[in-house]
Amino acid sequence: MPQKNTESALSPEDAARLEAFEAHVGKGGYVEPKDWMPERYRKQLIRMMSQHAHSEVVGMLPEGNWITRAPSLRRKMVLLAKVQDEAGHGLYIYCGTETLGVDREELVEALLAGKAKYSSIFNYPTLTWADIGAIGWLVDGAAIVNQTMLAKASYGPYARAMIRICKEENFHKRQGYEIMATLSKGTPAQKAMAQDALDRWWWPSLMMFGPSDTNSPNSAELIKWGVKKKTNDELRQRFVDLTVPQAEAIGLTLPDPDLRYDEETKHWNFGEIDWDEFWTVVKGNGPCNKERLEARRRAHDDGAWVRAAAEAYAAKRNGHNRATAA
Amino acid sequence: MTQGDHPVGDTQWPLWEVFTQSAPGKPHEHAGSVHAPDAELALQNARDVYTRRGEAVSLWVVPADAITASSPSDAGPFFEPGNDKAYRHPQFYKVPRGVKVF
Repeated sequence: MPQKNTESALSPEDAARLEAFEAHVGKGGYVEPKDWMPERYRKQLIRMMSQHAHSEVVGMLPEGNWITRAPSLRRKMVLLAKVQDEAGHGLYIYCGTETLGVDREELVEALLAGKAKYSSIFNYPTLTWADIGAIGWLVDGAAIVNQTMLAKASYGPYARAMIRICKEENFHKRQGYEIMATLSKGTPAQKAMAQDALDRWWWPSLMMFGPSDTNSPNSAELIKWGVKKKTNDELRQRFVDLTVPQAEAIGLTLPDPDLRYDEETKHWNFGEIDWDEFWTVVKGNGPCNKERLEARRRAHDDGAWVRAAAEAYAAKRNGHNRATAA
Repeated sequence: MTQGDHPVGDTQWPLWEVFTQSAPGKPHEHAGSVHAPDAELALQNARDVYTRRGEAVSLWVVPADAITASSPSDAGPFFEPGNDKAYRHPQFYKVPRGVKVF
């Protein structure tokens, strides 16, 4: 493992600190921003948290696509509130990431320059209204499984952001499931639309948990340091086990002929994920990668005048305050 | 990065720490932080980011660089004066058997 080399290059003082750090997080201890931490821990968290924050922000785009076409005022209000929550979640996590010594500005620049990663799920298109249901139910559902684990992460600011987010995501999941349940009780065309959305979103949702444990380079280290408490495959299994009965309850079929309940393990076995598709989208060649980044850049540029106006106003007021004080 | 590298309106605004009071009578607790060019916008941003579900009846925003914090590396000696005075706790005192003090 690469850490071995770094360890041997550590000063005796740092080696002792590392040992104390690992013993502390090994016992489930928390790490706060000003505590000593291995450089690699800091880097891994900046990578993970900034990707998470970017995902919240880019995640607004596929759903934002349907705000103007929501089928009722109720659905429109709900979707607006959900998309606004995602913006808030991005801000909670950027704020947590900044405690590690990076500026949000640097992170946003990396995203806009196409140098940062975000969850691949948002590189799929939202073709029908049912996709909004599928996203809330499956994408937010998968995110809750992941984030419930991260609410116990060893890095305090990350854990606290996750607790706040988990509380809010429950509404996201339920509103999505409600859309799917309503459609599947509707006309045959509406039910078919729900099934079609489920067919398209199911596998990408399973991919959200990342590569399988046999092919996940960061997992062991993140688990050792208490950032993650469960492996990608364990989380994926939990999501499948939760979702199968939910699909059944609303009369929809998960698009996996290999789905079987295993009496012995008490888990649902599922078919092989298309890892070629996973890596294609991660590497930037998914259906909407370009479109998403372009939309982010456009939003950033179009908002420049708002930022400039706020700054000019603050500068003017500061000048005014100084003048009256003098 | 200097301000000159950026187009107008693209610089990082100052950081404000946000404290929320969840109900009357409760203390203000740290909720997170926001960036804002001035106190008024910091307050509005904090409202939008941290109180979308009635989480607060009162908000404080404080410029992050105005906060002085204790240092974790000195936490041992720094908090020592409070740790070695068992006589500040009621359990330190013996009470005759069967007597209710409170």
